[in-house]
Amino acid sequence: MLLIACPYCGERPEIEFAYGGEAHIARPADPSAMSDEEWAAFLYARTNPKGTHAERWRHTNGCGRFFNAVRDTVTDFFVATYKTGEPRPDLTPRSVV
Amino acid sequence: MSSLRTASGGRIDRTKTLRFYFDGRSHTGVQGDTLASALLANGEYLLGRSFKYHRPRGVVAAGSDEPNAIVNLTRDAARSTPNVRATTIELYEGLHAESQNRFPSLQVDIGAINDLLSPLLPAGFYYKTFKWPASWWQRVYEPLIRAAAGLGRAPTLPDPDRYVGRWAHADVLVVGAGPAGLSAALAAADAGVRVVLADEQSEFGGSLLSEPTEMQTWLAEAIATLAANPRVTLLPRTTAFGYFAHNMAGLAERVTDHLANPPPHLPRERLWQIRVKQVVLATGALERPLVFPNNDRPGIMLAGAARTYLNRYGVLPGKRIVVATATDSAYRAALDLRAAGADVAVIADLREAPGEIADEARAAGIAVRTATSVVGAGGLQHVAWAALAPVAGGAPEAVPCDALLMSGGWTPAVHLFSQSRGKLRFDADASAYLPDVSAEHERSAGACRGVFGLAEAQGDGAAAGASAASGKPYTPSAATPNGGGWLGLMPNAPAKKAFIDFQNDVTAKDIKLAVREGMRSIEHIKRYTTTGMATDQGKTSNMNTLGVASGALDATIPQIGHTTFRMPYTPVTFGGLAGFSRGDLFEPIRMTPIHPWAAEAGAVFEDVGQWKRAHYFPKRGEDLHAAVARECLAVRASVGMFDASTLGKIEVVGPDAAEFLNRMYVNAWTKLGVGRCRYGILCREDGFVRDDGVVGRIAQDRFHVTTTTGGAAGVLNMMEDYLQTEWPELDVWLTSTTEQWAVIAIQGPKARAVIAPLVEGLDISREKFPHMAVAECTFAGVPARLFRVSFSGELGFEVNVPADYGRAVWEAIYAAGRPHNIVPYGTETMHVLRAEKGFIIVGQDTDGTATPDDAGVGWAVAKSKRDFVGKRSLARAAMTGPSRKQLVGLLTADPKTVLEEGAQLVDDPHQAVPMTLLGHVTSSYYSATLGHSIALAMLVNGRARIGQTVHVPMPNGAIAVRVVKPVFYDPEGARLDG
Amino acid sequence: MVETALRRPPLAGLVPPPGDAVVLAPVPPAARFILRVRPAAQTAAGEAFGGPLPTIACRAATEGARAALWLGPDEWLLISPDAPDFTALAGVPHSLVDVGHRQAGITVSGPRAAAALNTGCPLDLDEAAFPVGMCTRTVVAKTQIVLWRTAPETFHVEAWRSFLPYVCGYLAEASREFSG
Repeated sequence: MLLIACPYCGERPEIEFAYGGEAHIARPADPSAMSDEEWAAFLYARTNPKGTHAERWRHTNGCGRFFNAVRDTVTDFFVATYKTGEPRPDLTPRSVV
Repeated sequence: MSSLRTASGGRIDRTKTLRFYFDGRSHTGVQGDTLASALLANGEYLLGRSFKYHRPRGVVAAGSDEPNAIVNLTRDAARSTPNVRATTIELYEGLHAESQNRFPSLQVDIGAINDLLSPLLPAGFYYKTFKWPASWWQRVYEPLIRAAAGLGRAPTLPDPDRYVGRWAHADVLVVGAGPAGLSAALAAADAGVRVVLADEQSEFGGSLLSEPTEMQTWLAEAIATLAANPRVTLLPRTTAFGYFAHNMAGLAERVTDHLANPPPHLPRERLWQIRVKQVVLATGALERPLVFPNNDRPGIMLAGAARTYLNRYGVLPGKRIVVATATDSAYRAALDLRAAGADVAVIADLREAPGEIADEARAAGIAVRTATSVVGAGGLQHVAWAALAPVAGGAPEAVPCDALLMSGGWTPAVHLFSQSRGKLRFDADASAYLPDVSAEHERSAGACRGVFGLAEAQGDGAAAGASAASGKPYTPSAATPNGGGWLGLMPNAPAKKAFIDFQNDVTAKDIKLAVREGMRSIEHIKRYTTTGMATDQGKTSNMNTLGVASGALDATIPQIGHTTFRMPYTPVTFGGLAGFSRGDLFEPIRMTPIHPWAAEAGAVFEDVGQWKRAHYFPKRGEDLHAAVARECLAVRASVGMFDASTLGKIEVVGPDAAEFLNRMYVNAWTKLGVGRCRYGILCREDGFVRDDGVVGRIAQDRFHVTTTTGGAAGVLNMMEDYLQTEWPELDVWLTSTTEQWAVIAIQGPKARAVIAPLVEGLDISREKFPHMAVAECTFAGVPARLFRVSFSGELGFEVNVPADYGRAVWEAIYAAGRPHNIVPYGTETMHVLRAEKGFIIVGQDTDGTATPDDAGVGWAVAKSKRDFVGKRSLARAAMTGPSRKQLVGLLTADPKTVLEEGAQLVDDPHQAVPMTLLGHVTSSYYSATLGHSIALAMLVNGRARIGQTVHVPMPNGAIAVRVVKPVFYDPEGARLDG
Repeated sequence: MVETALRRPPLAGLVPPPGDAVVLAPVPPAARFILRVRPAAQTAAGEAFGGPLPTIACRAATEGARAALWLGPDEWLLISPDAPDFTALAGVPHSLVDVGHRQAGITVSGPRAAAALNTGCPLDLDEAAFPVGMCTRTVVAKTQIVLWRTAPETFHVEAWRSFLPYVCGYLAEASREFSG
């Protein structure tokens, strides 16, 4: 079970959280101005990287806040967690141990 | 006491005699024995039959690595555990154990014919033999194989024992309480941090428990020091079975299995889920068997195990002993046995130049033959001789013995390290995989990383423990592996009947065959032969498999790699994993405040998610259909009352509340006046219906939003998502009030008459309180929110009162309704009433691919709104047009025929299979009000098909149905006003 | 005036487990509200409530019989003997929602209270990690609770009413092993 550092509550076990998919995909301000292709890309296209991935979590069984995290999808270790609205931090994965 | 028990010594209490039973025969052992040591002391060497060939098997090891001596342990009919290792069962008074996999008896076993047929049963036998004809697999082959194979039998009664879980945290977890682990725990505890020390054995000490005398004082003092430290938690009888992400470990603690009469308040097991900052793995090493023909005969045992039986349990493995070894450590066993009075006939050492210890053995009068290989063994149910041959070649010599001790060297127990995704490297000097790069905040110490000497292991443990407590990066000292040992088949030994995996009956010949038949990857070899796949997970066999495969593939072991180490290290009970999650505590059973009244009224309940909802209220002798028919007719004719408390409710409050709802829901909310409510549809961003419910405006900045029962949590989460991440600037907040309110629906032409006397401070007349009105008032003496809504098509009210008052208000309504013959009704009647009106249930009539228009509620969509969740998707071409499935009604020719929900719809029931499917029945009931069955369905281009006939193919023939509008009752809505 | 005799609180039927290593008891009846308000108005909201709103994450503040529990950065659970008067906050955007019937509380106390909670709660309940005055939403096994440590050996546990039988049943079962 992952240990996740909620930006508000600190480190908590994964069981308190819900995953929320990829982060930094803002809902378009004017969806009606978008083509079907653009809209489909917003709805469905995700990066699915091997390596660092910015993703959303919600501390559902905690403060209830959505927040963002950068996680290394290879090692499952988090590089950073930060509040919604803050930019993705420019970080390389920490070395473990 | 039998002749194999020594006169003195060991960690047993000879004054406490324990009676126990094996296959019904009575024996005695002593306190401190394991079942294996007690059986060996009694001369019981034959403990089971093997899995495939039914060969006689005895004790090989002395710990949890035991592959052979697995038995069925029985306390009573419900407490019967198959496949338990006799070497790990602590003896208690009255213990009952039976051997497994034999018929009619252990000594005379019919299945042993398989051993004679073994040339016909090679690796891959099942795959080759049972593949044709395909239809025989399920009917013939699988039942036959299942009957013939397998080990113990699971009990059929529910497990009466209790199992508890425990979450825990510490700074340092030390796994293994041998010399390295104890030293690590001492060092970490010295630093003042929280330490947990776990060991699978009943006593701490690890390999020290097998030492004769020296070190016992250190051991006792170490344990006492740790026990006196309040920051240290000591967990004996606790197996660290899993190492999970971010330094989470799973530990299974056996609390009462060793007790003859477990106290009732104690659980049988405790499952620890422990999160720590640093882990020290001190899991020791496992001795490898030697691979030679008939190496599975009872009486052939690991040399280290023999030393344990002697020094810990006071049991001799035999009286005339041959030792075959590839390492120094077996000499220790020979010397200790010699000192205990056993006749050690010969030590056959594979190496040309053993260490100084060989001289020590010779000095003690033990013959040592170097460069000598054990190439076979004889005896029927017990070893009678060992065949020794020079490595250089030459005829084997049969040396008589009643115990053959073997040591192929020591395999570091890297299981947990590897589970944690740590990378292993093959160390040629050690002939072993050793921990290389850690993935977690972890360090290995002692024999599990190839540090074998006692003092070295202690020092290694202390350094690891101190560094773990500090949390600083740690570079362990270079390990100097001693005595590489041997991997694979012994030199000059035939591969036939030379067992590698004792439990799954895999021989060196099978491995070679697998390679010959094209298996190259070790993962394929493993699956083809099943080596390492038994309940012991290959603890004693995996490295020998690699040794044989390496020779057969002509590849080095690092080139071959290794199979994946997976949890659990040793088997874990289902009970332990389940914990309290069974019976009433399997999951929350949610009940409304009105539930007790319904239960007293005889309601039958149904599960709706975690909720128990009253399904129907049968009177004496009524079944579901009779009760529902009566309830439906009563609502249509007079009045009924319904507990709707489980409806999800969200209080949306703030100056931007209406704007927020405008963005979320398809409907328009700005113009909804205070005191009015509206049926709302919530779509997902993909345009499909997510949820629905009535939304009432309580104040300019306060809405009372209802959701479906099942959608409550998900809808709130979705709303929070948009609010927090897309529109954080909106001044609006969401609070779940699902459980704040008890909700009672009063439906029927007499509804107003029933509640009017109960309402204070509100005119509920038709004119002043019209359909879709909402108001706060006092109801039956308590504060309430009253909605004028109808999910039945009749005049209806839904009264919300604070939940603690729910039952009192329900009783007040019931009393007020008695003059009108008010009927309490359940969810089934609610469903029939709404289906008669064509009101959808999201999730039943919709399935996540229905737009509001598909579901017949397109009228709710505010098309003039610039945007709302799902609007852009609804504008896609594919979301409209004749390809869409649309909600329709269906009528059968026979009014009594009730279609099956989920049944498919087709145009031509005689077309070839697979048919072209046009949709399916979503809701289907018998309507007592209408006197015929009704159904709702989602049908391709359904609204254009109204008046047409489609067909429902069923096993007994197709049913023709007429497509109609999905409103069966009062299509004009005339009854809404009573 | 509301007829209190009509109330049936969800914990009326609580049967405490044996022994005194872990003691389960309903907390006295109280009013409960969820307050949501932006930072600018937090001081004013605290004054209206009659007790300060803690701004440190996961901390509770008490003022006499009033308690404000931080549940989120703009969310507090207010527990008080009676309904607070928030008319002073008129015009200030906020949300005050009565949850006095949505949930109820029990105290879990005794020398093994933390161990009993840890049968189902995954948090570190060592006093250094979860000191007196700390509060948070978390879980007991399969349900959400609010956990508030009010004394070294006393926890206040809040759960929604329909989950209380499960929470109490779970904790009672957990207490059994300490009753010997």
